[in-house]
Amino acid sequence: MEQVAGYLLKRLGLALLTLVLLSLIIFFAGQVLPGDPGRAILGPFAAESAVKAVDRSLGVNRPLLTQYWSWASGIVHGDLGTSYQFRAPVSTFLFPALGRSLKLAAVAFVIVVPLSIVGGVVAALNRGRAVDRTISVTGLSLSTVPEFVSGIVLIVVFAIGLKVLPVTATPPAGSSFPVQLRYLILPAIPLVLVLFGYISRMARAGTIEALDSDYVRTATLKGLPRSVVIRRHVLRNSLLPTITVVATQTGYLIGGLLVVETLFNYPGMGRLIFTAANNKDFPMLEAGVLVIGVVYLTATLIADILYTVLNPRIRLQRAE
Amino acid sequence: MADDELPGHPAVPSVTKAPLESAAALRDPAAVSSLPPVTGGAAGALDASAGRIRREQLRQLVRSKAFLIGAALLLLWIVCALFGTSFAPFNPTSGSLTNFNAPPSGAHWFGTDSLGRDVFSRVITGATSILIIAPLATLLGTVAGTSIGLVQGYFRGAIDNMIGRIVDAVLALPVVIVTFLFVVALQPSKLTLILIIGFVFGVLIARTVRTAVLQERELDYIAAARLRDESGAHVMFVEILPNVLGPIFVEFTVRLGYAIFTIATLSFLGFGVQPPTPDWGADIANSYQYLAAGYWWETLFPALAIASLVIGVNLVADSIEAVVIQ
Repeated sequence: MEQVAGYLLKRLGLALLTLVLLSLIIFFAGQVLPGDPGRAILGPFAAESAVKAVDRSLGVNRPLLTQYWSWASGIVHGDLGTSYQFRAPVSTFLFPALGRSLKLAAVAFVIVVPLSIVGGVVAALNRGRAVDRTISVTGLSLSTVPEFVSGIVLIVVFAIGLKVLPVTATPPAGSSFPVQLRYLILPAIPLVLVLFGYISRMARAGTIEALDSDYVRTATLKGLPRSVVIRRHVLRNSLLPTITVVATQTGYLIGGLLVVETLFNYPGMGRLIFTAANNKDFPMLEAGVLVIGVVYLTATLIADILYTVLNPRIRLQRAE
Repeated sequence: MADDELPGHPAVPSVTKAPLESAAALRDPAAVSSLPPVTGGAAGALDASAGRIRREQLRQLVRSKAFLIGAALLLLWIVCALFGTSFAPFNPTSGSLTNFNAPPSGAHWFGTDSLGRDVFSRVITGATSILIIAPLATLLGTVAGTSIGLVQGYFRGAIDNMIGRIVDAVLALPVVIVTFLFVVALQPSKLTLILIIGFVFGVLIARTVRTAVLQERELDYIAAARLRDESGAHVMFVEILPNVLGPIFVEFTVRLGYAIFTIATLSFLGFGVQPPTPDWGADIANSYQYLAAGYWWETLFPALAIASLVIGVNLVADSIEAVVIQ
């Protein structure tokens, strides 16, 4: 048990180190690469002295290391910076938007996880047959179609052609939960389509590995009905690796939101980042991207811990 | 990656090995010979059997329905990218002041957009930019990723750890978000798109190459090369590289699909190919607000074009992967 704790501590340390490196990358992209923020805010025709004054007030004339330090220590203390476009703290916009994004992501997850696990398991049980080929090829093809492309096809078919679902994702103010849900279904589906390929592929691989194992052969040879073998021996073992994939996909889901929220005009993190980018609002952009990284790192960390705790073989191997 | 962590090994040899275990398949030198050997050296000895296997693999590819459909779609768009301007019925960049937002008709098969430009002509010529940027970015990423992965896998230790941490940090963000952040910072142009996507894909590809190299370096021929006192660079590029070309080639084809995905997405977000150059993603960005007004043709046709291109590339990549990793 001590060894497991040691492993988990090491894992946590690595996640923190990754986070620090990530913040350096984001700082570099947001504050070093774009050049002069004062010029970016005031535009190409502003006087040099005005640009200098803005730079001074933003503190971007200081040495880079000092700038990074004040940015990073601000974040640690809960200060995500001041938005250029709104002249107000980034956090007042970021956290409500994150909440809305998580709502959309949750809808996508509730649809995609059971769907893709069933898809993967069905494919594995029919290994090599037409069903398997169809599920695998369709899943893989759909996962490479950009979210805005599938989103447009869905809008044209369901919102404009059949008129069964709304075109935007934002319901009228004060709508009840079922109405809100109705507005979120169409935006969630492009995310579902992209994730289905990955998760069902993992579920398929895990199931096939379990099907080929000694314990399943033993269970079959001792005369257990196939349904019992599958439920008790195959599924329990095959779904474990899938947990990890589901968690790692959380981060990618949030990445997909950038596009989906823009297309469906949904005021979440994705659209916040999109608007920030268009207004050259780098503090907002950096904070938004950093939050996505934090969500991703937390999700993978939780997945790793779950995997270690649930799987005794890994628990012992890693402790060595 | 989760697949590194799959516990246990099936005692009964499995019939279909999931592509996850690609690296293991590479120990079989025949798997590599689908590619022309870069130099003589280790791969040279295999030449006699290599030709036969390569032909066999080609035959398998041509028999695969998925490959044929994918190749046909890809070929269609390559032809359009190369010669589209000469057979497009209208000039894709000049519009009509009177005939805008017109629905599909005999004259304008896909209708006209809000500036009165012929949507069909824009779809036909819209493949050019993306089919220049995507392969170049993927190529850059493959070369960079292979070099980084070789160095990581061969030297291991401190260098490997250090690069590994940076790789982890970059991969903590979805590819679209990382590339978006850098493109916004650097201003979009063909060159910056190629460099940024190439860099991010290089990081991704380095991971796969590293895993393959780690397995390869334990084999006897590497020990032999070391005893001959060959330099590190010689062992990496002349001894190991030819034997890990299989997964590198697979990575290239798979990543090409994702490069198209990423570029189209960046264009849709306004930070990819810039107007007025005909480009599917950028055209959708300009027209999707009119969807609610019912002008669906301006958006749907470029969207279907993107879908057919990525699915085509992906079917080709998937079939190649299945044949190489046998």
